[in-house]
Parts: sequence; C-alpha cells; structure tokens
Amino acid sequence: MTNQDHNNLAIRVQIQAEDFDLESEINHLKQFGDIGGIASFTGLCRDEGGQLSALELEHYPGMAEAQILQICHEAFHKFDLIGITAIHRYGKIAPGENIVLVIAASTHRQAAFDGANFVMDFLKTDAPFWKKEYLKDGTSGEWVDAKDKDDAAKDKWM
Amino acid sequence: MVKLVYFAWVRERIGKSQEEIDLPENVTTISDLIAHLRTIDEGYDAAFQEPHVIRAALDKTHSMHDEAIGDAKEIAFFPPMTGG
Repeated sequence: MTNQDHNNLAIRVQIQAEDFDLESEINHLKQFGDIGGIASFTGLCRDEGGQLSALELEHYPGMAEAQILQICHEAFHKFDLIGITAIHRYGKIAPGENIVLVIAASTHRQAAFDGANFVMDFLKTDAPFWKKEYLKDGTSGEWVDAKDKDDAAKDKWM
Repeated sequence: MVKLVYFAWVRERIGKSQEEIDLPENVTTISDLIAHLRTIDEGYDAAFQEPHVIRAALDKTHSMHDEAIGDAKEIAFFPPMTGG
C-alpha cells in the first residue's frame, strides 16, 4: 500500500523529505465528520545552544510508514477519533524547520489531545527513524541517543 | 538467501547498508545471527558489541532477539529509534 492510498482516508500517514503545511492538513481532516476539536503537535529541529547546523534524519522506508500507520490506527480506535494525520520528514533538516506533525480530530477535546499525545509517544520509540547531528564547525557530530524518558512516556499508556 | 539491512551507526560500523547472505545451518534465531555476524570482521563486531542495545525487525516488523528467523526475507538491525 502506498502513501497515496491514504490521502482520502481519515487516517493519513506521510513520510516525506519536503515540509508540510499545518493549515492544509487541518482542512484535510475537516471533511471527515462533525468535528468538535482538533489538536496538533509540530516537532521542530532545535539548534542545541547554537552549535547545530542541521539534523540528518535517516529512516527505514516501508517500515516507517507501516509502523506509524499502525500507531495511528491504534489511536483512531482507542480514542474514537474522527481523523488522524501523521507526517514525518527525513533528510537534512535545519534548526527551526519542521520535523514531525501529528493532528487528531474528534468530537470532544480530550480525545484529540490524547490521540495526538499517544501517537507522538509511540512514534518516538517505535518508528524507525534516527537523527544524526551536524555541527556548525563543519564536523558531523554524533547520532542522537534514545532517551529513557521517551520509553517512560510510552509506558504511561500501558 | 536472506537480505540484511542496517541503519544509523550499525550501518556505519559495518560499512554497508544492505547485503544478501546464506544463513548458516546453526542460525535459527536473531541472536544466533548476531553471534554469527560478529565473527565476520571487527566492523560487525563493533556494531554488535552491545547486543542488548540493538533492535531487530523481521520483514519490517519489530522482533525480539529470541525470535526464530523462520522464512523471513528481510532482517533489519538498527539502534534504538530517535524520531519525532
């Protein structure tokens, strides 16, 4: 199943190099029902105290889409959402640029907040993406380490 | 033949992003495969020197190290994920 197949569905997952547009993604979700609330989360690239020139995001094509789609399906049913969108970028991303977008639409606000939160928590630990730092002094820095607090964030849903 | 794919610092330490190998007869689980790969050269050994840190996927599904490889066509090895 390609990403294109999801574009007209209430569960939409995109893995892409290019940036995304929050407003058009919210408008996309509005076609799917009598929505009372939409919660969105946008993750950006930090400059880490001015040292970072870019992050390189590597992903596992095929598995990245499948894993995030599975997480979105779980959120869709667990929180009775009307729609859910997740977009994750790959490639080189500069400080201040967008990395990830999650939007959840529901009848009432709590489900929208919870749905977006749930997708982000599982995406952090289960979606096959890795970040490498490139520093302003021209050197390529380290691979970003996974954080224990991300596992703890996921565990709160268990 | 089975396809092996590597990501992030696992890929860098091994020095390639993918390869096809014939599984030795005594390799039935992911753990067995890691032990086998470590014997190839110091790059593989460095990639898998802390096996408990390494995540594995069979045909693009997260898998535990004690799982049987079975008839999986693609086996992936990578560090803990840092997306989002």
